[in-house]
Amino acid sequence: MFLDTDYLGLRLRNPLVASAGPISQTVSGVQSLADGGVGAVVLYSLFEEQLTQAAERDAFLEEAYADSFAEATSYFPARDTADAGVAASYLSLVERSAAAIDVPLIASLNGSSLGSWVHFARSLQDAGAAAIECNIYFVPGDLTLSGAVVEQRHVDIVSAVKQAVSIPVAVKLSPHFSSIGHLASRLVEAGADGLVMFNRFLQPDVTIEPIAVVPGVTLSHRVDSLVPRTWIAALRNHLNASLAATSGVEDYTDVVRYLLAGADVVMTTSSLVRHGAGYSAKLLDGLQAWMTRTGHDSVDGFRGMLAVPTDAESNAYQRAGYVAALEKAKSIYGSLV
Amino acid sequence: MAPSSWSRCSSSPGACSGCGETPYLKLFTQLFGGRATVANATGCSSIYGGNLPTTPWSSNKYGRGPAWSNSLFEDNAEFGLGLRLAADLHTATARRRLEALRPELGDATVDAILQAPQQYESELSQQRARVDALKALLDTMTGPLVEDLRSVADHLLRRSVWIVGGDGWAYDIGSAGVDHVLASGRNVNILVLDTEVYSNTGGQASKSTPLGAVAKFAASGKVTGKKDVAMQAIAYGNVYVARVAMGADPQQTLTAFREAEAYDGPSLILAYSHCIAHGIDMSKGLDQQYAAVNSGHWPLMRYNPVRRMADHNPFLLDSPRPRIPLRDYRAKELRFRMLMNSDPETAERLLSYGQEAVNRRWAEYEEMAMRGAERFAADARK
Ligand SMILES: Cc1cc2nc3c(=O)[nH]c(=O)nc-3n(C[C@H](O)[C@H](O)[C@H](O)COP(=O)(O)O)c2cc1C
Repeated sequence: MFLDTDYLGLRLRNPLVASAGPISQTVSGVQSLADGGVGAVVLYSLFEEQLTQAAERDAFLEEAYADSFAEATSYFPARDTADAGVAASYLSLVERSAAAIDVPLIASLNGSSLGSWVHFARSLQDAGAAAIECNIYFVPGDLTLSGAVVEQRHVDIVSAVKQAVSIPVAVKLSPHFSSIGHLASRLVEAGADGLVMFNRFLQPDVTIEPIAVVPGVTLSHRVDSLVPRTWIAALRNHLNASLAATSGVEDYTDVVRYLLAGADVVMTTSSLVRHGAGYSAKLLDGLQAWMTRTGHDSVDGFRGMLAVPTDAESNAYQRAGYVAALEKAKSIYGSLV
Repeated sequence: MAPSSWSRCSSSPGACSGCGETPYLKLFTQLFGGRATVANATGCSSIYGGNLPTTPWSSNKYGRGPAWSNSLFEDNAEFGLGLRLAADLHTATARRRLEALRPELGDATVDAILQAPQQYESELSQQRARVDALKALLDTMTGPLVEDLRSVADHLLRRSVWIVGGDGWAYDIGSAGVDHVLASGRNVNILVLDTEVYSNTGGQASKSTPLGAVAKFAASGKVTGKKDVAMQAIAYGNVYVARVAMGADPQQTLTAFREAEAYDGPSLILAYSHCIAHGIDMSKGLDQQYAAVNSGHWPLMRYNPVRRMADHNPFLLDSPRPRIPLRDYRAKELRFRMLMNSDPETAERLLSYGQEAVNRRWAEYEEMAMRGAERFAADARK
C-alpha cells in the first residue's frame, strides 16, 4: 500500500501532517509527533511581534547608555544585533528538532507586515527547516484598510520570503477573502509552493453569567472542515500548487474526505491535542483500512476524485468568477455533509 | 582637600542616571561624613566622586564633610590603611598634648575628653561638643603647647576611615591589598560598590562577574564562578562582613553600615550596585536588586565578631530563602540574555550550574547561620 505523498516538492511517507500547534513547542514534543507516524511536522509559529519586540528591546538596552558616561563608550561586547532571544531559541528548536526526526520539519512564521522576519526565513532554512509556512495573519479591525491592500500585502510577503530562501514556501490563508480563488492564484504566481487552508481565527467568546468576553483558543470540530474542503475541491485542478487541508479532522473519515476533495496533505492539531500525539497512528490505520475496503492501493490513486473537474475551469473563468465552480462543488458536496 | 572646598551633595552627581553606587555613598556621608576620611580607588566612584562641583559627597549643616582622596587600583587599600595609621598617630599626639596642658585646662576638661567612650553616634556627638568647647578654650590661651594641641585637636574625635572602590579594584587588581588590610586588624571600613563588572572602563569581566554573564573578555559567557569575598574575609574571624542591597532591604543596609563603622577592627561591606553594564532599564534598578536577593544571587548576610565575643553565632542570614528561580532574575538583564540569545545551549548549561551554585551556597549559609558560636574563630586581638 502506497501512502507516500508529494507536498511542496517534498516526498512524505504519508499525507498526514501535524499542523502548527502547542505540541511542537519542544524537541520532545516534535519527536512525539514524528513518532506518532505523521509524514511531516509543522512547528508552532514564531510571531513577528515577538521577533521585533525582543530585538528592539535588547538593542535599546545595549545602546541606551553607550556614550553616557565620560570614561567609556560601550558596556557590552560587540555582537550581531539581529540576534534576538526568541528568534535564537526558535532557531535552536528548528535545528534540534530537524536533527531529531526523520520526517521533514516545516517552520512557521506568523506576521502581517514586511519586516525583518522575512529575512529571518533565511535563518530558518539554514537551521534545517525543510520548508516554511507563512501564516499571514491580519486582525480585521482597521476600517481604513482595503481588501486590495491586504491582498497585496500577502503577495508582497510571499515574494519577499521566496526571494530570501531556496526551500519551498507555503502560505496559510484565512478563509475571509472576497475572492479566495483569485488571491490563491496570485499567491501561486508570486511563488507560493503550496496553500494551507484555512487558518482558524481565534474568536473571543462571550459568557452571559457573569457577563464577560473570554479569549478563546478552541479546538475545532468536524463542521469546521466544510469550508476548507469546499475550497480545496474548487481549486484542486485549477492551481499549480500543493494544497494542505487544515481544520476539523476528528477521525480518519475526515482525512479520507479531504483527500477525496483533492488535498495533498491533511493536517491536524485539535485531534492530537485531544487524544495525544500518538493519535496519528490511529488516523493512518483508519485510512489504510478504508483503502483496503475500497480497493485503493495508493493515496495518489484516489486523491481528488471528488474535486471540481478540470473542464469546469474554462467555464468558470469565462464567467469571470468562481461562482460556477462553487455551485458545482456545492452540488457535489451536498451529499457528503 | 580643604573643608571649604568640600562640595554639597548634588541631586544629580556626575554618575549615570539611576546609578546603583551613589545611594550607598550618600547614605554613608549622611551617617559619618562629618568625621570621615575616604580613600577612593580609581573607578566610577573616583570619577563622579572627584569631579567638582557635582559629587555625591556631602557636608552637613555644620559645614563638615568627608576628607577625600583618590589612589590607584593597586594600592588603594594600603593607601587607606596609611590614612588610618596617620589618624591614629594624630590622635595619640593630640592625647599626649592634651595631657601636657592638664595644669592649664583642668582635670575635668582633660579627663572628660580622654576617657570618653566613642563607639556610638550619641557618644561621638558628645565628644564633638567637648572638642568644640576645648577649641574655644584654646582660642583664649597662648603659648607653643596651645598651638601644638590646636593643630591636632580635631583628632580627639574618633576618625572614621573608609576605603572605597568597585569590584575591579577589590576582587581583582587591588585584591592583595584588600586582603592585607583586612588581615591587619586595624579599624578601617572597606566599602565595595559591587557592579560585578569593570564599569568605568566599559564592561570588562572581573572576578566578581557571575558565572554565565556576558562581559568584555567573557563574550561567550563567564565560565568561572563569582568569588565569595565575604567568606574569605569571614575566615579571619575578626573582620566584620556584610553583604547588602539597598533595593532589597534598606534597613539591613543601614544596620550594616552602622555596625561596620562602630566595630573596632576591619570591616568589609559588599554593596550590590546595579549598573548600565547589566543591560537593564535603569529606572528599575532597585527592583532588580530585589530580584537579585530573592533569587539567591545576592543573599544578604552579616558576620559580626562582636556577637562571637558574646558567645552568639556571629553569622546572620538576613534575607529570606530564595523565592524565585535564578532564571527569572537573569532574564531581566541583557548581560545574561545576550548569551541566551547567541548560544542558548551554553546559556542553559551555565544557568543550571549557576542555580546549583545558588542552592549550594544557600545551604552552606543556612548551616552556618545555625551553628553554635564555638564553631567560628574567636578574635584573638584582645
Ligand atoms: C492551541 C493551538 C495553538 C495553535 N498555534 C498555531 C500556531 O502557532 N501557528 C499556526 O499557524 N496555527 C496554530 N494553530 C492552528 C492550527 O495549526 C490549525 O490550523 C487549527 O487548529 C485548525 O486545525 P485543527 O482542526 O486540526 O485543529 C493552533 C491551534 C491551537 C488549537
